[in-house]
Amino acid sequence: MSHKIIVPIGPYHPLQEEPEFFQLYVDGEKVVDIDIIIGYNHRGIEKLSESKHFDQIPFLVERICGICSSSHPYAYVLAVENILGGEQSIVPERALYIRTIIDELQRIHSHLLWLGLTGHFIGYNTIWMWAWKYREPVLDCFEMVTGNRNNYAMFKVGGIRRDVLDEDIPILKKTLDELLKALDLFRGAIADDPVIKSRLKNVGTLTKQQAIDWCVVGPTARASGINIDVRRDEPYGVTDRLDWNVILEKEGDIYCKTMVRILELYESVRIIRQCLDKMTKGPIDADVKDIPPGEGIGRVEAPRGECFHYIKSDGTNRPIRHKIRSPSYMNVASDKVGAVGGTISDATLTLAAVDPCYCCTERVVVINSLDNKKIMNGWDLIKLSQEKTLKIKEHYDGRPK
Amino acid sequence: MLRDKIKEKLSDKILAWYETSVKRIYFSVDKKHITETVKILFCDLGLRFITASATDLPSSFEVIYHFSNDPQGEIYSVRVLLEDKLKPEIDSIANLFPGAEWIEREIWEMLGINFKGHPNLKKLLLADDWPEGKYPLRNKQ
Repeated sequence: MSHKIIVPIGPYHPLQEEPEFFQLYVDGEKVVDIDIIIGYNHRGIEKLSESKHFDQIPFLVERICGICSSSHPYAYVLAVENILGGEQSIVPERALYIRTIIDELQRIHSHLLWLGLTGHFIGYNTIWMWAWKYREPVLDCFEMVTGNRNNYAMFKVGGIRRDVLDEDIPILKKTLDELLKALDLFRGAIADDPVIKSRLKNVGTLTKQQAIDWCVVGPTARASGINIDVRRDEPYGVTDRLDWNVILEKEGDIYCKTMVRILELYESVRIIRQCLDKMTKGPIDADVKDIPPGEGIGRVEAPRGECFHYIKSDGTNRPIRHKIRSPSYMNVASDKVGAVGGTISDATLTLAAVDPCYCCTERVVVINSLDNKKIMNGWDLIKLSQEKTLKIKEHYDGRPK
Repeated sequence: MLRDKIKEKLSDKILAWYETSVKRIYFSVDKKHITETVKILFCDLGLRFITASATDLPSSFEVIYHFSNDPQGEIYSVRVLLEDKLKPEIDSIANLFPGAEWIEREIWEMLGINFKGHPNLKKLLLADDWPEGKYPLRNKQ
């Protein structure tokens, strides 16, 4: 006899970056449907932005997301610079390089954070500890360069706010060298481990057509074979002057999403190294005064995908409309196809695979539709996932070598 | 060139065409042509839907659908003006592809623009007990 059970995951925790509420409809072990309910932390930033001066908005949009907190201000200043005639024509050379460095450093720390969480969800707590250990020096670099570990306050219309000091550059280079060794370690650990492979392969698959229909972006799209990357398609900063590659996979499962992110870390290191070598001395701010009437669109490749800002100005010192679309807005919606059809022990992993920063989901209630009600917490679901890995591990260990 | 193709395919629908910079192309269509236009851009020409933005203007509501032409890095923005300020409505494009579902729900609850034929038009971001007829992104509310 089959019991259709509803498993609510969420809705939120103050530490969670993007509070979401997933309601899984489960038949036995299988997820048959999913309801995604968002808006638990809706802060009305688009409306707030209409009451702020153009110079204040970077600080506001920086606080949309604590992980990719340079992507939003970057996309915003690009949108305003689009009204002014384009980033390349007004922003000084050195500021372009520093913008790219900040953007890529952020990608490194964000991908490492995700990698750690994925490791934790599948019961590889060593990967979790390692990834977060090697993320620390990156945050230290941020503190050294910008003064902050998060919310860097570096971006302003026409340039940046703080220069990179000469004495910081060798420390940055050394951190990157050490990071590369750690990346080799991760790539080896994940590519060669049969248990990880069997947990991640063919799980949470998003086919290319599904990815197109749901308009997903970033690593989620690139893992499904969609060849998009804003850094290459519409270059900003100095990404068009450097030598780097867009990472592409085909199958669209979680293994591909993991590999895309790991290989992207290498590319980010390459980009920063080239920036540090090519950067020349010069001014860092164009000192923009007034914003003319008009409308502008800015977009950057955030760690999770394309981050889009639209600004409509009427010539006053405030925008009359500021539309923001973060990448997870598109990616999370695609969980509807990713999680359905899989098992409940894979659900945490699938929902986390689009990188919605889902780390602090704490409240999980399992309700049987008939009579009994069971309350689990978030750890129980993660435990379910970890136990599955353990079983696979035992299977591999018991196999004749 | 894609822009010539668009001009050719939509020649009878485009009301105005202007390029604010090399990679930012805006054109307006009448609201009755929106599903056909989106169908041509998304399904036939293979553009990626980024999002839609709506603005409360003094005499109308403006809805802009942004599409990305990724190989060239261009953004095509389709502008539609809804002149009926008391009862703004437009055909839904969420039946063409599911990626547009959420953004239409968001515009509906934030500005009160009705999307006709939307498969699941219910609140996305606002609380369930949010008062009826109050739209946060409208001016003078």
